[in-house]
Parts: sequence; structure tokens; C-alpha cells
Amino acid sequence: MAIDREQLLHVAHLARLELRDEEVERLGAQLNDILAAVSKVSELDLSEVPPTSHPLDVVNVFGADVPHESLPLEEALANAPEREGSAFRVPPAGS
Amino acid sequence: MAVRDWEAVIGLEVHAHLKTRTKMFCRCELEYGAPENTRTCPVCLAHPGALPVPNERAIEQTIKLGLALDCGIAARAIFARKNYFYPDLPKGYQISQYEAPLAGRGRFRLPRPDGDREIGIVRAHLEEDAAKTVHAGGATGRSVGADYSLVDFNRGGTPLVEIVTEPDLRSAEEAVWFLRLLRQTIVELGISDAEMEKGTLRADVNVSVRRRGEEGYRPRWEIKNMNSFTFVGRAIEAAIRQQVAAHEAGEPVEQSTYDYDADTDRLTVHRSKEEADDYRYFPEPDLVPVEPPAELVERLRAELPERPADRIRRIEPAVGFDAAVELVTTGRDRLYDRLVAAGAEARVAANAVMNEVAAAGIDPEAVDAGELAKVLGARERLPRDVYLEAVARSADPGFAAAPFLEQEAVSDASALEPVVEAVLAANPEQVQTYLGGKEGVLGYLVGQVMRETRGKADPRVVNRLLREKLRA
Repeated sequence: MAIDREQLLHVAHLARLELRDEEVERLGAQLNDILAAVSKVSELDLSEVPPTSHPLDVVNVFGADVPHESLPLEEALANAPEREGSAFRVPPAGS
Repeated sequence: MAVRDWEAVIGLEVHAHLKTRTKMFCRCELEYGAPENTRTCPVCLAHPGALPVPNERAIEQTIKLGLALDCGIAARAIFARKNYFYPDLPKGYQISQYEAPLAGRGRFRLPRPDGDREIGIVRAHLEEDAAKTVHAGGATGRSVGADYSLVDFNRGGTPLVEIVTEPDLRSAEEAVWFLRLLRQTIVELGISDAEMEKGTLRADVNVSVRRRGEEGYRPRWEIKNMNSFTFVGRAIEAAIRQQVAAHEAGEPVEQSTYDYDADTDRLTVHRSKEEADDYRYFPEPDLVPVEPPAELVERLRAELPERPADRIRRIEPAVGFDAAVELVTTGRDRLYDRLVAAGAEARVAANAVMNEVAAAGIDPEAVDAGELAKVLGARERLPRDVYLEAVARSADPGFAAAPFLEQEAVSDASALEPVVEAVLAANPEQVQTYLGGKEGVLGYLVGQVMRETRGKADPRVVNRLLREKLRA
């Protein structure tokens, strides 16, 4: 299977990536190379193999519901591009 | 237009905040009303490299909910990333569950006057809530047209369960009744406060209509984030009206997201963020699978309280459907149960709990049911004010029925006759006045008898006896 230009632009849009034409060409080729490499796996009969959701053979890792200290407000806001009072200020959502 | 030729097809997606002390994937403390951005950490702010750790209590609460909804509990549940960009979601994805939720197919028994409806549950899964965004500037305070947004990440990462129903509900009234009973079920499990006005319970509603007898479904409208039972009902009514009108006029009905405007009582197409639902779910690589141990599931199953729907059905034969619903939905049915267990007659107990106990404003749980049952048994023989006083006191510490039962009204004429005669003999002047035509003095004589009997005499009987004796 291969992805076409339209699919590539759709995925780029979902990732909020603006691509120049030559990038569309180059990335499209690279993505299709990757897909081709991965699709080698489908040559095997894997009907009896459950899908892998995690590389580690570990289950049930939880944390107890006991509060830890949170960041001080100033530290929490330290990396905010902009702030207003104690809130993160961001470009308008949903526009 | 004939709405009755059509039936509604309604499904709900209900979100409830779980009642944990900390967030879903970090241990920031959850506190409603905490100062802005003071409950955050590298995990819930999505700093690079920070890793999530699931909250064990939230997992247990979701399993418990699944059991209460008769859902199959997954042998292996997997968290998944739901990818989209929005300022309330700092990672660029929400951790949710997709192909392998903790709780799969289930069903919810919905008691109706003419029998049970069974509402299918598609799934109940666990996810994290988004942060709170305030849209500032612009004209309306709404997201569209705002100048900028302010984000408070305290709520971001709150554990949230989403319950998805089959499109099995058939009217606005039925959908609201389902939502109320589901809410009560959740609250009684102790896993959520589920308060719509605080936003800890929210519902998305999917509505379509079809002609009665028609198979299949027509395009549906999704109404998101409804936060009051009243508006859920009104929005559904509005959707039904508008869709029926459109279908009958031969106008197209498009599947889309709608907003309910309470002022106009109409639905308008949600101005879309020009984004098809394309979330590219995939298994969350930062979290390992959850395999609920059988012992845990069985322990949680053993902890389940009797469900509201089951209690309605249990009580109904003795008191009728409406009374059973009222008792259970007001949470007063436990007192009813205790009164009946203490020997009170079912209907007497139900009426007393719904009327006198409710009016007295006392805590039903604090009532001494054994003592109150004695009062109810003597209710018809007690003066009304004595009865009401006894009910009002029945939640007091050390409440005893005996002093009230002693005030049982004496209505036996033969017991009262000697007292009446004694009072007449002791008040010759008043007797003469009465016989002289001033019948108003009778009240004084009745009062004397009541005093002699320390209020126990039935005033009607006293009245009758006095008139008879005076006439003789």
C-alpha cells in the first residue's frame, strides 16, 4: 500500500505542518519507503499472533492515589509563551 | 406536522469525573476551586520526557462502574492516544481507551410504568479530562471570534469515565429519566459526585427520528456538553421538532454537531473547527496494558450496592410504581425499608416517609426506625399534632415512641363519660350560661375535659358527649 499526495497533505494538516512542494515530494517518497519496509511483515501468516500494544511484557503498573506536591505557580508558568495573571495565555482556540 | 407519526432514536455519551484524590496519570491533587494553575506538574503540563502512571483507584472505580452496568470487564485493557490539537490538551493527544476499554458491552434496566426497558451499554472507558479554557476578548466570550484564550491546567488530567449507550432511548422524557437513574447509580457507587452544575457530569446527546415502524436510522444530530437535565430534555425535544419538520418538508437533514440555544429553544449547527473526526488512535506506548485480576473484580462485585432500578422493582409491588420511584430517587427508600422491616405497613411507611418525614426536614438515615414504626402503627389513634411531633423528633438521639403513644386520643365514649360528667358538675355556672343560649361556652367545657385528660381525649367525641349531656 502507498499513500498518495492527498493523504500526505491531510496528515500534514492534522499535524499542523505546512509543507513546501519539494517537501511533499521528498516526504511522500520517504513515507512510502517506510510503508514498503514495514509491509514486509504482512508476508507472514500472523493470524494467530495477538497485536502487540507494548514492547515490554509487563502489565498493571499503577500509582497509589496519594497526592504529591505540585509545581509552584511560578515554575508552572515559567515556560508559558505568554501569561495573564496566573493563567497561560494562548492564541484563540477554535478560530 | 405530526410528531406522533415519528419516533425518536436517542443515544447518550455520559462523562463523569471520578472521585479520586489525584489526577489520572500524575499525583497532582484534585481540588475543586483551587487557585488557578496550582495543581500541575511536568506530566499534566506535558513537559518533554514526563511519563504517565495510571491512578489505581480510578481503574478500580471504572471496573466497579462496569460491573454495576452489567458490562463485561476486559481481560486486557489498553490505553490509547486520541490525537488532536487544542490549547486545553498540552500533549497534543488525550489518553483514552479505544479498541480495548476496561468495560465492554452491558445493559441498564430502566423501570417504566408498563415494565422495564433495557438500555444497551456499548462500553465504559477511562480517560483524562482536558484543562479549562476561558475565551477572552472578542464579542461573545465564545471560542469563535475570541482574541485569545486563558488556560487553567488544574482540571487537566482529571480521571473521567465515558459511558456510551446504544441508541435505545425513545423520547426526551425517557432519556432524562435514564440519565437521572444512571447518575444516581454512579453516585451510590461512591465513584463520582456526578453533579451537572459543577461539570462533574456531562452528557453528549445523539438524536435522530424515524417514522414509526421504520427500520434503520436516519442522520443524527449530536448535541455536546449538556450540563443540566432540563436542557437535555429541551434540546432533544427541539431536535425532534426540527428534524420531523425537515423530513416532512422534504428538506435534507445532515449529520452534524449542533448547539442548543435556550433562549430561542432551537438547535443551530455548531460552527465547526473545520476538522473531521480523525483522531488517529493508537496504543499509548508510555503505558502498559491493564489486566484486572479476577480477585479484584470479584472483590469489587461483592462491594456493589443494590442498584436504584432494582430497588424500584423490589418496592413497587407493595407501594406502586410512582411511590417506588419517588422513594428511591429521593434516597429515602432505605428508611422505608427499615420501617417495613420493623413491622410498619408498607403503604403507611411509604406515605409517612414521602410526606411527614420529608416535610419535617429530618435526616432519614438518623431516624430510629423501630420507634418510628411504633408511632406509625398508632398513627390513627394519635392526635394529629402529637403524631407530627413524634415524626419530627424521630431522628433525635434517644427518640422513644412511648411518651407519644401515651397521648393516644381517647375516643372511647364510655371512658370519657365520667370525665364529662365531672366537668359539668364542677362548672354549674357555665352549664347555666349554655342552657341560657350562649353556646360559645361549650369550647370552655371542651377545654376543661381536655385538661382533665391531659390532652388525650378526642375533641370530636368530647364535643358530642357534652352536647348530649347538656341536652338531657
